[in-house]
Amino acid sequence: MSDVRTAGDDHLVIAGRTFRSRLLMGTGKFPNPRTMVQALAASGAEIVTVALRRVDLSRPQEDILAHIDRERYLLLPNTSGARNADEAVRLARLARAAGLADWVKLEVTPDPRFLLPDPVETLRAAEVLVREGFTVLPYIGADPVLAKRLEDLGTATVMPLGSPIGSGRGLLTRESVEIIIEQATVPVVVDAGLGVPSHAAEAMELGADAVLVNTAVAVARDPVVMAAAFRKGVEAGREAFLAGRAPVSRQARASSPLTGFLRDEP
Amino acid sequence: MTFEEFWRHSDVAGLVAQAERALPDQVERALARRVVDLEGFLALISPAAAAFLEPLARQAQSLTQERFGRVVQLYAPLYVSNDCVNACVYCGFNRHNPIRRTTLSLAEAEAEARVLWKQGFRNLLIVSSENPTAVPVSYFEALTQRLGSRFPSLSVEIYPLDEDGYQRLARAGVDGVTVFQETYEPDRYRRVHPAGRKADYSWRLATPERAARAGMRRVGLGALLGLGPWRLEAVGLALHALWLERRFWQTQVTISFPRLRPAPGGYTPPHPVSDRELVQLMCALRLLLPDVGLVLSTRESPELRDGLSRICVTHTSAGSRTEPGGYTRPGQADVQFRVEDRRSPAEVAARLLELGVEPVWKDWDAALHDTAP
Repeated sequence: MSDVRTAGDDHLVIAGRTFRSRLLMGTGKFPNPRTMVQALAASGAEIVTVALRRVDLSRPQEDILAHIDRERYLLLPNTSGARNADEAVRLARLARAAGLADWVKLEVTPDPRFLLPDPVETLRAAEVLVREGFTVLPYIGADPVLAKRLEDLGTATVMPLGSPIGSGRGLLTRESVEIIIEQATVPVVVDAGLGVPSHAAEAMELGADAVLVNTAVAVARDPVVMAAAFRKGVEAGREAFLAGRAPVSRQARASSPLTGFLRDEP
Repeated sequence: MTFEEFWRHSDVAGLVAQAERALPDQVERALARRVVDLEGFLALISPAAAAFLEPLARQAQSLTQERFGRVVQLYAPLYVSNDCVNACVYCGFNRHNPIRRTTLSLAEAEAEARVLWKQGFRNLLIVSSENPTAVPVSYFEALTQRLGSRFPSLSVEIYPLDEDGYQRLARAGVDGVTVFQETYEPDRYRRVHPAGRKADYSWRLATPERAARAGMRRVGLGALLGLGPWRLEAVGLALHALWLERRFWQTQVTISFPRLRPAPGGYTPPHPVSDRELVQLMCALRLLLPDVGLVLSTRESPELRDGLSRICVTHTSAGSRTEPGGYTRPGQADVQFRVEDRRSPAEVAARLLELGVEPVWKDWDAALHDTAP
């Protein structure tokens, strides 16, 4: 679990880099590049992920990267589309060779429908990429043992899903994510499935170090306002976590207890 | 079990009858769910559901945005040959039609692709008539290898191959196979495909599973709308897609909606499908199959294409020529069908942006091919 800090000096640290924002943003599914740029700004995010398969280096003017201010955001290329370790590794190497980044969000999703991550191939790919010096942020099912195995390999974070990508169903994996957070020594980023800011707040209240959001913002009626709302949800959840919630009780706590007449016997 | 066994054991007539006689409250019950099962799908393609087109479209839009985003992928067809051994009664390339025929050399095909690349396309669909002598598998292998470095995604819409043929193409860099069944009704199929290799219904019906087994990432289905009663074709497409998704869990299924259009040879479709029925069918399939790609070509008018791009279409062509050589030397050979949307790719892309849909030119990468270095 993260060190307990006060809200004033609370920062997210991934692989030695410090970030003020705990909201990571995806860049897919937006209706146009301008809306994406405005939504990224409104979210306050400092890390944005881009699908390498969308990047077209032969068209630098129109490409999605042309719209992302690399001074302002840390670019986190992702390997979406890869269905095995070899494909993911190839994509990451190409990204590095093209000078995009040494950071990679590792996604290995062999099924095109639910886009659920393949634990075996993800672990294999992480092993290779860490060895080659990449900063690896793996997208995984909410499997606490897999999270530890990846951490042992040297990944910079673990990124368990809340529910299937794009589903907006929230933190359905809550019980497992709690265990992952409790055991982790690297930042835990809840990725995928968060549909509304309260879902993000819930993940942060549990002690997640950050969340990643894409569809919920990109396909909202007003993506820019929704991005700002997620920013607040993440901040509220983080502050609540730092503040330490009041104990949970099933019963009301009367201020004048019925048994108040009893005195401690000498 | 093959799909054909499954299909022949299905009570297709019963399913179609169920779709024909669904009642409004069954439609409402289906619409109350976000994603429907086969029974809900039958209600949604019913005549009764025609009165619910607007709520159906809203739900289809919401699901499409959730699964695919507010984006449409652009591709272009690259016709390489119209020299055909078949005699499909509805097709402009029918071997009996006195049309100007040609097969592009590899260099000519590459020149066509260069035009498309300059227009911005990174995703090509290589299309050919059936003529294994003029365009053997080795032709497509060689063409794919020539185009691979510029086009991260290459699909084929060519005559059915055996599994070995698809493996060869996959190794060369092809990632998708589109093959329309034309009609799922065996008797009708025989009547409209009287001769040539295409007369074999079963061989064609098993093609998508051969392609998927060979490792193709995308497999495209379709029925020629207008040949037969559309609700039967709808049931065929639905069952075929569901069956493929279950068995080939790593394969993306897409469905195209080719509506028969006037063609040389003068074929008049006996069961024309209206615009409203086409929209109903596409939206109903979206609710049944939220993750299936829905493809609409330039056979359709700009108005219809624009409208459907906001609702459920995920892949669309633009600026298409349907004659071999049409991008470099338009009008030198005859077309397969007349294009209704004659806007340039740039115009289509600009219009999509106006409609709140981002046109995506590249959504695949050569590194994702098993054959990549």
